[in-house]
Amino acid sequence: MSGLPVIVDAASWLLILLGSFFTVVGGIGLVRMPEFYTRMHAASVTDTLGAGFLVLGLMLQAGFSLVTLKLLFLLALFFFAGPVVTHALAQAALHERIPPLLAEDRRGKAGAGGEPEGS
Amino acid sequence: MRVVSLAGFLFAFWLALSGHYTLLLIAAGAVCAMLCALVGRHMRVADHEGHPIHLWRGTLTYYPWLVWEIAKSAWAVTKVILHPRLPISPTMTVVRAGQRSTAGVATYANSITLTPGTITVGVSGNTLTVHALMREGAIDLEGGGMDSRVTRFEATA
Amino acid sequence: MMFAVAAAAVLLTLGLAVTRAIRGPTVFDRVLAGNSVGTLAILLLAVVGFLTGRPEFLDIGITYGLLNLIGTLAVLKFFRHGDLAYDASEPR
Repeated sequence: MSGLPVIVDAASWLLILLGSFFTVVGGIGLVRMPEFYTRMHAASVTDTLGAGFLVLGLMLQAGFSLVTLKLLFLLALFFFAGPVVTHALAQAALHERIPPLLAEDRRGKAGAGGEPEGS
Repeated sequence: MRVVSLAGFLFAFWLALSGHYTLLLIAAGAVCAMLCALVGRHMRVADHEGHPIHLWRGTLTYYPWLVWEIAKSAWAVTKVILHPRLPISPTMTVVRAGQRSTAGVATYANSITLTPGTITVGVSGNTLTVHALMREGAIDLEGGGMDSRVTRFEATA
Repeated sequence: MMFAVAAAAVLLTLGLAVTRAIRGPTVFDRVLAGNSVGTLAILLLAVVGFLTGRPEFLDIGITYGLLNLIGTLAVLKFFRHGDLAYDASEPR
């Protein structure tokens, strides 16, 4: 783990610092946001950018080895499992009639903007 | 064909996690991978939907683009979280998924959820209900840029 | 040194997530916080593994991640249907 080129070491420092920053931001959002649905958006910052940058930084430290491959698996796990859990959580909350705090509800009129696409 | 590729992936996963390459352990890994793939076939998860290897060419261009989108929207959400007045405007909207296969719709719904600031809260057929942290996020999605990207990704099969 | 910084950041975020889990107010806030705690635990395992020079901790992290996914889904399914073996395709 020693003897890395200075550039690689600096890059991994930067990535780990960025990852730490976004992780903490997600945590702050989790506490600051006013209600459940908005809190989920904050948590997904931790799950995507925070975890992503941290793991990338660790990958640079590990060099080219099995450890890097395992970190890659971890990243893939976050990438594919994260949204599944988030979606299940949101759907369950909506099903239990937790009312979302909305500034605007476009479900009725969105047909004008959403419908013609993809046809 | 899909069962064989699933067994191959599982075996590669075993080799990567184990790190010990003796004959006994490799043989055990091969047997486990084959058994799991057969169970997967029996449970009908090793099919077009559960193991979509036919989409591999699309992933090379689609996922890098998605990562960039995630970075952009995560930065937007970060700015909102750190803003002293917390300028959120939560919005619910409905978007249409133009994909034909279930794997395509699932990819689109997952991509929406994965980008911070927008979450798919409901799926029925080709209609997705989306909760967005900011009004702009919802309007962007209604514009259908991501939808056509995913449709193109699906068409690379 | 940089691993210590990362570990401190993850621990701070863990504290924030636990705050949310205690404050609630709905059960879904607590499940969300619990899921975040799981993610952060994985990150902490990875970082501590590097901090102590033993990256084998990653295996535990991957296992924890898989369990976290299943655990969260199981809790949600239980709240939604009151039954872990519920199958939507079965008539009841």
